[in-house]
Amino acid sequence: MLTTLSRKIIMALTGLFLCLFLVIHLLGNLQLFLPTEEARLQFNWYSHLLSGNILIKIISYVLYLSILLHVIDSVIITLKNKRPAPRYQYDQRGRASKWYSRNMGILGTIILIFLVIHFKDFWYSYKFGNMPVDSKGQKDLYQIVVTAFQEWWYVVLYVIAMIALCYHLIHGITSAFRTLGLYHPKYVRWIKYFGLAFSVIICAAFALIPIYIFFTMK
Amino acid sequence: MKLTLKIWRQKNQTDTGSLQEYKLDQLNPHMSFLEMLDTLNEQLIIKGDDPVAFDHDCREGICGQCGVMINGMAHGPLPHTTTCQLHMRSFNDGDTIYIEPFRSEIFPIRKDLSIDRSAFDRIIASGGYISTNTGQAPDALAIPIAHEVVEAAFDSAACIGCGACVATCKNGSAALFTSAKISHLVLLPQGKEERAARIKNMVQTMDKEGFGHCTNTEACQVECPQNISVLNIARMNYEFIRAKALEK
Repeated sequence: MLTTLSRKIIMALTGLFLCLFLVIHLLGNLQLFLPTEEARLQFNWYSHLLSGNILIKIISYVLYLSILLHVIDSVIITLKNKRPAPRYQYDQRGRASKWYSRNMGILGTIILIFLVIHFKDFWYSYKFGNMPVDSKGQKDLYQIVVTAFQEWWYVVLYVIAMIALCYHLIHGITSAFRTLGLYHPKYVRWIKYFGLAFSVIICAAFALIPIYIFFTMK
Repeated sequence: MKLTLKIWRQKNQTDTGSLQEYKLDQLNPHMSFLEMLDTLNEQLIIKGDDPVAFDHDCREGICGQCGVMINGMAHGPLPHTTTCQLHMRSFNDGDTIYIEPFRSEIFPIRKDLSIDRSAFDRIIASGGYISTNTGQAPDALAIPIAHEVVEAAFDSAACIGCGACVATCKNGSAALFTSAKISHLVLLPQGKEERAARIKNMVQTMDKEGFGHCTNTEACQVECPQNISVLNIARMNYEFIRAKALEK
């Protein structure tokens, strides 16, 4: 039987791994900001490189496992917290904490729904769908991405998901380090600023990609 | 001062209970919150009604007995103040005040506002102590301890075990209470000896009692009458990981 502390450690470790993945994912996606034809060849080459690499394959399995564990563990924690959770007729406890800290589950669900759509449209299409090819004969994922982001509602969906992710990370990063036992006030302060900067920069950059494509590639 | 009170009345642990309305008049704004409840009870007794049961003892903010949700906030609106140290001047004439017990399945309501916090006692009993020989008191200066360490340990030891952290936590977690007890002992040389057994036993008891997971919303520190730092929770996590990593 896992203790309440161990379950939170699983949340922290999987969450931090997913944060690390976000950095790598974003760095790759920055290629989408290149001029169209250069971006097409560069991005498709990069996608092909990733899909053929055994090391990337291993990391991708760790990634799928992390997402699954993070989700399952969060559901267990939420259900187990239902019994001891206080309930009041007149409740003003909201003054003591941030909305996003109390509603990580709602934010997480938005992110999960987004992930399902995101995986289906890009990951599934790339792996199993009928893909167009570019001038070098590589699967043209770039075209799929650009086409997808021509729809305004699809861009809005991405931006909303990134806002949810941003708040999820602002709480999640400091919370993860606390769960892993970082108690020194100086480093706690640093991590708080780091977490805030990390969340805003990563999510803003991700959100800019669909916005950039929507407005520049009509 | 005139007040309308909506107080949680519940005959016993199995009763469902409900909010009942009472009106009080001619209150002195310099009364403490508990004195206001005393006034109400005197009137109820004169009328032949059942007085409102509530927990209290020292009435100087150090025993941790008093503690109710006042207008949906643990110990009321003032920061870092126990219910007994809250005065009626913190409210306005004509206010309606909601008074409910600290709630959690782990703290069963005995009657009205009085709750059973013995789950905290069982957490303490499972490791919140040091093993030492009885007999004459040891020389106070026999073990050198740096002043800042003493202060840090004392800050954690200031927890009065009132249960406001659990009552405020959206998950009903006892992490702040348990971690304060763990930090207080592990910071001092006398407490370091049994640190591994202590953390494992106290966390196990905390879980067995059914308290929730800490999700680091930090509401507990905000509502804590002693301003116990959430960094105690980080230290508890550190101690737990350390104990598990060094386990034989």
